[in-house]
Amino acid sequence: MNQPRPALPTAGTPSAFASVDAIEHWRAFAPELAGEPVLFSELVPGGAHWSYVLPRGTTLRMVALEDGANLSVLLYSAQEKLERYNMPDSLKAQHTAHYTRGHVLMSDMGRALASLTADTVGWHDPLGLLLDDRLMREKYGTRNYQSARNGMYRSGRSGLLVEIGKYGLAKRDLIAPVNFFSKVTVDDEGRFAFVSGHAKAGERVDLRFDMDVILAFSSAPHPLDPAPAYAPKKVGLVLWRSGPAPADDYCRAFRPENARALHNADQLYLL
Amino acid sequence: MSQANTAAAIRRQESALPVETAVLDHTLSAGEPYLLAIARGQTLRIVDVEGNQAVDVIFYNRNDVAEHYSATQTLLRQGGIYLTTGSVLYSDDGNPMLTIVADTCGRHDTLGGACAAESNTVRYALQKKFMHSCRDNYLVALQEADIGLGKRDLVPNINFFMNVPVTAAGALTFADGVSAPGKYVELSAEMDLWMLVSNCPQLNNPCNAYNPTPARFLLWDPA
Repeated sequence: MNQPRPALPTAGTPSAFASVDAIEHWRAFAPELAGEPVLFSELVPGGAHWSYVLPRGTTLRMVALEDGANLSVLLYSAQEKLERYNMPDSLKAQHTAHYTRGHVLMSDMGRALASLTADTVGWHDPLGLLLDDRLMREKYGTRNYQSARNGMYRSGRSGLLVEIGKYGLAKRDLIAPVNFFSKVTVDDEGRFAFVSGHAKAGERVDLRFDMDVILAFSSAPHPLDPAPAYAPKKVGLVLWRSGPAPADDYCRAFRPENARALHNADQLYLL
Repeated sequence: MSQANTAAAIRRQESALPVETAVLDHTLSAGEPYLLAIARGQTLRIVDVEGNQAVDVIFYNRNDVAEHYSATQTLLRQGGIYLTTGSVLYSDDGNPMLTIVADTCGRHDTLGGACAAESNTVRYALQKKFMHSCRDNYLVALQEADIGLGKRDLVPNINFFMNVPVTAAGALTFADGVSAPGKYVELSAEMDLWMLVSNCPQLNNPCNAYNPTPARFLLWDPA
């Protein structure tokens, strides 16, 4: 992208326009980024939801702040929202049913939306299962705003619907999310097994954006989590300007399919 | 927990319905799209006429097309990835759309999705982009029919007669077909539906045994 960028923030500043009451949360959960141009950070409570428009060439570090975190993430192209993350295309191109470093999250238009450039967890669940209100009630009972104020139960589905609604996207546009920090295995009969407490506090995964994206997330529990109580876990987020995938990028070299998906994304940014 | 673990690898069941009483009997040529209205209570049979032909299908609620078949709801509610006799196909709203009432193949894929020109460039080679694909089929059928469905509605589909096992180590594999000539799957409709089909034209991998062939569709009214 040749559009002029605002001046890069200097290392260690929380944003290009440090002001107001932005807190440098990242210093607590990602102090190793002190040398990087950090753009913002966020302390996400369990069960919460939010969304951002994030440019190509930035990287989001997601940090589990408690054991057994789950972060359900959706990706859409910021320029053309009809282009969105596609679970089957990503899985079959990489012959995988889990994500870790090297994997690329591909759009339905054959482009890399984002790449996993670092990962201490080793397995993130791409099968897209999502807690909806009906299942949440059956599993945990009801805890609404009137009785619990912001301690109310929130489902991943309703949180993500709120977020994509902010961009004019509707229920029919709700795609299968990536469930970061969760692990679901499949046996010979095709049956699921959920690995409880898979990601430990402090474990992290980096997602580099290869296109300008709308990213929506929910930190509600994974629907297969057998814990009897609704107890979603905290997650830390920090974004910094990493630059787009270099020629010798690990994800580019990971599989020839990934090199082609990154090539297709690069083609959008030739000017 | 409502997600009963009803998933099973293979559950074969024959149908008692005679072909002579079907109200529709349509053979779809290799590589073609198909859009069919199905009424609640009708029974649909899809036949793999010559064997090892992937039939890519998405269902929509005909009274509210924003409601579609959801792979993730279906898998969550049955606790596993394969479709077979007894599997209930759920919508994104968690409503039952169809139930598999007979199945002589015994296993169908929910994770492999549909091929597209763009994903072919990723999977095989950049030069493959002008080959025919399932998404082209879907889009031409939806554009011609103009029923309020478009690209946004092309959600992860069912690949009938395709075998895509997931290993314990988290690999997605494309195994030999479990299907064979004449194998069929039969579904009972729980609501009024649109069925969107691409008879898969993929030639770059063995999902159609490198030789796409016809598929046959039969429909019965409720007894």
